[in-house]
Amino acid sequence: MKQYVGVIAQHEPDGKIMPIEMIWTDGRRYEIERIYDVRRAASLKSGGVGNRYACRIRSREVYLYDEDGRWFVEDNENG
Amino acid sequence: MTRVILHSDINNFYASVECLYNPALRSMPVAVGGDPELRHGIVLAKNNIAKKYGIKTGEALWQAKRRCPDLVFVPPHYDRYIRFSRMVREIYADYTDKIEPFGLDESWLDVTGSLVSQDGKVIADKIRERIKFELGITASVGVSYNKIFAKLGSDMHKPDATTTITVADFKDKVWPLPVRELLYVGSSASRKLAGYGIHTIGALARTEPRLLKNWLGINGVMLWQFANGMDISPVSNDSYPIKSIGNSTTTPRDLVSYEDVKITIYMLAESVASRLRENGFICRTVQLYVRDNKLVSFERQAKLPEPSCVSDTIAHASMRLFDLNVNEPFAVRSLGVRACDLAPADCRQLSFLPDSERLQKKEELEKAVDSIRNRFGHFAIQRGIMLTDRNLSSLNPRDDHSIQQIAFLR
Repeated sequence: MKQYVGVIAQHEPDGKIMPIEMIWTDGRRYEIERIYDVRRAASLKSGGVGNRYACRIRSREVYLYDEDGRWFVEDNENG
Repeated sequence: MTRVILHSDINNFYASVECLYNPALRSMPVAVGGDPELRHGIVLAKNNIAKKYGIKTGEALWQAKRRCPDLVFVPPHYDRYIRFSRMVREIYADYTDKIEPFGLDESWLDVTGSLVSQDGKVIADKIRERIKFELGITASVGVSYNKIFAKLGSDMHKPDATTTITVADFKDKVWPLPVRELLYVGSSASRKLAGYGIHTIGALARTEPRLLKNWLGINGVMLWQFANGMDISPVSNDSYPIKSIGNSTTTPRDLVSYEDVKITIYMLAESVASRLRENGFICRTVQLYVRDNKLVSFERQAKLPEPSCVSDTIAHASMRLFDLNVNEPFAVRSLGVRACDLAPADCRQLSFLPDSERLQKKEELEKAVDSIRNRFGHFAIQRGIMLTDRNLSSLNPRDDHSIQQIAFLR
């Protein structure tokens, strides 16, 4: 499932984008506690390509993708 | 020094991108094709499952459906293919600055003297791995010491494979292949060669070049060099010089009146003119392509009285060509308009004649239309004639059909 989500992010002067909070479809906000890894990757599960942020949200690892400005998470991670 | 050249070919490019975006498609036979409703009915690409059913690129959608009733048709998303093509190129650029694209899905890379590795196969494997991980599609890569063999190599093992062809082993790997596999041996050359008993690349390589020149002209000598691994053409990273700009379309229904033809010609001329302006060109010659419903086609061209990038001028010249060459009754299926004999727009001869002043005004007007369309979309502003038949005028040739096939020889 490709679940598009809202994201609050910080845009760095060098062009990097660091997501701070993820906003789920029901409006609940989830703090992104840590970012382990950022790289471009394909999501075969959801069907898409973008910058993949491996994040820790509520102690779980979640892949958050930035696909040309639209953000999605890979599966039904609900926090 | 022996060069290290890669040819990378994305496997089933359009179909792979569609399957990536729609995971449900991956287990089904898929063909990417134009809209059957609008009669753009051919298979542009297919996935491996569809390949097993014998679906061929270029065949009509109804033919493909008969071969495989479960075939799923997906309309093409050119914006996605262009994005993927750019991302693939970004990966190549991490290994070399000598990249020569050949269409959207193929590229040559010269990695001679690369700091990543001296071994072309190592780089090729790395590129394949990255394309798979980062983009979710696969590529076949040929590694050799010239462009022709590198391309042959990328065709030998699919999908997701690296094939090397070296000076030492090309006779074993390349020579047994049918001569048709060689780049630039088309159906007519292979028919001629077959007439002389030449069926394999090896047989071609061992033929006297003098004879080949007699049979095929200067191209015969070129093919002989290719077959012997003597292709020395460089991987050039300068962009292709544009020689002409054209658009063609197969219309949603047969065109049977001058009014029908006029709508279509204006639509194509507008697209051509706007692309001329975008690239900073004017044209001196206009070419018209016509194909009727019996699939008989012809091309005619005419010089313009004055070089132009105005759609009115191009459309008038095209309409005139049509009038001169087609008699009623007619049933036209495809039309194409092409601007040739290009020159840069900024080195135009100045003139005080009122005609050229009028032309200049028209050009300014059309530039204004371009900017409206860029901001608000193609259909935000249209000619009145387009409203007389919305079915015919519903195409947007500029954005829908601007992917060009590129020739190896320039």
